[in-house]
Amino acid sequence: MNQVTSRVLWVGVALVGAACWTVLALARGEEVSALWILFAALASYAIAYRFYARFIARRVLQVDDTRATPAERLENGRDYEVTDRRVLFGHHFAAIAGAGPLVGPVLAAQMGYLPGTIWIIVGVIFAGAVQDMVVMFFSMRRDGKSLGQMVREEIGVVGGVAALIAVFAIMIIILAVLALVVVNALAESPWGVLSIGLTIPIALFMGFYLRYLRPGKVMEVTAIGVALLLVAIILGGYVDQLGLRDALTLSPETLVICLVVYGFVASILPVWMLLTPRDYLSTFMKVGVIVLLAVGLVIAAPVLQAEPVTSFATEGNGPVFAGKLFPFVFITIACGALSGFHALISSGTTPKMIAKESHVRMVGYGGMLMESFVAISALIAACVIDQGMYFAMNSPAGATGGTFEGAAEFVANLGFTISPDQLQAAAQAVEEETLVSRTGGAPTLAFGLSQVFHEAFGGNLQAFWYHFAIMFEALFILTAVDAGTRVGRFMLQDTIGNVWKRYADTSWRPAAWSASFLVVLAWGYILWVGVRDPLGGINQLFPLFGIANQLLAAIGLTVCAVLMFKHGKAKYAWVALVPLTWDLIVTMTASFQKVFSSDPALGYFAQASRYREARDAGEVLAPAADAGQMDQVVFNSTLNGILQATFALLVIVIVVNAVVVAVKAWRAGGLPTTETPKVESRIVAPADFIATAQEKEAVRAWEAERAGERR
Amino acid sequence: MIARAVEGLRWYLREISGEARWDAYREECAREGRQPMSRREYERHRAAHRELDQRGRCC
Repeated sequence: MNQVTSRVLWVGVALVGAACWTVLALARGEEVSALWILFAALASYAIAYRFYARFIARRVLQVDDTRATPAERLENGRDYEVTDRRVLFGHHFAAIAGAGPLVGPVLAAQMGYLPGTIWIIVGVIFAGAVQDMVVMFFSMRRDGKSLGQMVREEIGVVGGVAALIAVFAIMIIILAVLALVVVNALAESPWGVLSIGLTIPIALFMGFYLRYLRPGKVMEVTAIGVALLLVAIILGGYVDQLGLRDALTLSPETLVICLVVYGFVASILPVWMLLTPRDYLSTFMKVGVIVLLAVGLVIAAPVLQAEPVTSFATEGNGPVFAGKLFPFVFITIACGALSGFHALISSGTTPKMIAKESHVRMVGYGGMLMESFVAISALIAACVIDQGMYFAMNSPAGATGGTFEGAAEFVANLGFTISPDQLQAAAQAVEEETLVSRTGGAPTLAFGLSQVFHEAFGGNLQAFWYHFAIMFEALFILTAVDAGTRVGRFMLQDTIGNVWKRYADTSWRPAAWSASFLVVLAWGYILWVGVRDPLGGINQLFPLFGIANQLLAAIGLTVCAVLMFKHGKAKYAWVALVPLTWDLIVTMTASFQKVFSSDPALGYFAQASRYREARDAGEVLAPAADAGQMDQVVFNSTLNGILQATFALLVIVIVVNAVVVAVKAWRAGGLPTTETPKVESRIVAPADFIATAQEKEAVRAWEAERAGERR
Repeated sequence: MIARAVEGLRWYLREISGEARWDAYREECAREGRQPMSRREYERHRAAHRELDQRGRCC
């Protein structure tokens, strides 16, 4: 493409973006189409990828395609492996995308559509995608070291130990909260339980098919699996005819026990039986649903029902989660804009497969932009449903009483209108007993999706789409929980292995089983606490999850910033320091409020003491129903407060340690690092998604040369 | 045009699902004059590696 066409094209993209943002900024009290958000996002991503990501790659990181990547130098056909850039993009995206970007924006919609939209787009461009790309680059320059190893070797032992504990603890919280989302979506929903339950035999069948019947036929078995999955969703609609309604109407407590037992069994079975095939299904569904959603939104072009900014943003008294816009929108959205968990995937696994250094831009930065797009779609789905409905679904059962009348009344107090009949009709349309207080985000997203798909594709399939959405969310989450349990197990074995050598042997069964058991027990316990929380588990635990994830991001960005100083690139350190500073302000403010706020709705300890005093005076405070529940609130709030304070302290330790190192490096103009020395690369590969004519020519020439050498 | 797109999609799916690995392995064996193991053995071997694979799935 010549320069003039290119300029015209980018000016066009910029104009589209500017126009969309202007409409979003100025529209008040009129009907705003959701497409403005969608196109504002796409135009912003394109510009950020073209200009900012390229600036980071060329100027800041100085990617060098003549330098051999670890995949090239250490190729072993297992973890180190030169991978086509587009294939690696797919692998990396499948690894980072999960339920987080779907759930967070839905909950954040209580503040209106504007804060969420702005943070998802601005956050990904300047924080999330930067973190993913830069961590990936530095890990790649260190033969694919993990985040924890980089902290230990580049920052120090104190920071390293703190990072190890923080990463493990944060992962447990994340698993527990994700599992809580599934429990809330499946509780009292026989249709959901049946279709999710059937995924287990389907995955087992796929596993045996690949192992014994037709080894290696992955695409074939995935096609069969997806077909069976659709049958399972349809079958769920016939629970009554199958006589299974009572047997499958499970309470949240029963579901927790099922999940914990399942999680343990899944983590000790050979991976080919359950984990690998379920991963194929989940990846396929993930991509399928995202494409379907994008197409559906464009066809349906729904109108936003939410206000741009609600009063909860300024008052901080929203029913979905407590706290004001700052800092809680940034905490709640989490994964779609900036996700610390990605730093774990971007270090370790993906860098060992990169063919060329320049690919960190498309895989790291590009992959995260795609994740952000998923978050934007989820936000839109939550903002196009009737807002009375939204708040009826997302207010805790303690507030609505769990009844149509109670919910209608509660929502009316919030300033929205929906009648009990409308609530009942909505539940009937998706064939659920009720949609009142179905917190956790998943049911709301499913409801929004069913509405969008219904408008876009017609037919009388709302119930099918609702359960389809529930199914794929649960599938993602269960895959994440299984894989997370395994990763946690390896971390635990590795840590205990420092004192007891044999325990680190991953193939030693007693160690593997006991470590898996401990990990499942840890997240299972927090899940149990969340489910039994009279104040509503999501309401209480989701902020903990969000803060934990953003604190992990602070660790990731700290590593990025320190390494820039050590490499003598102080003048570009702002690329990491700006998002890091912002993230620290947000997470520390949020942690401070959650720990020290005297408002019982916000501060965990204030909440605990309020309920303790009332209990000692012999009173029962709503929503607790009896003295036992009062005790529970006191205990849960104290536990959450302690966890919250611990995470924040661990991160402070790492940051302080990092500042010491960074200042030393800055004064010295750089310090030695553990970067592996340059080895000349022999591979030729294009740099970006689409290869240029010269790149194609270079690849052809190189391949011909290689073929010649072999002969 | 359409034929190329279909071919590209097929290539991508085979690569990302790992099915193309088997072809690569056989080509490699043919080049080096080795006798390849059977498909079943090969997939068993890959599954055994996957057992110790620590890659996670994110939230």
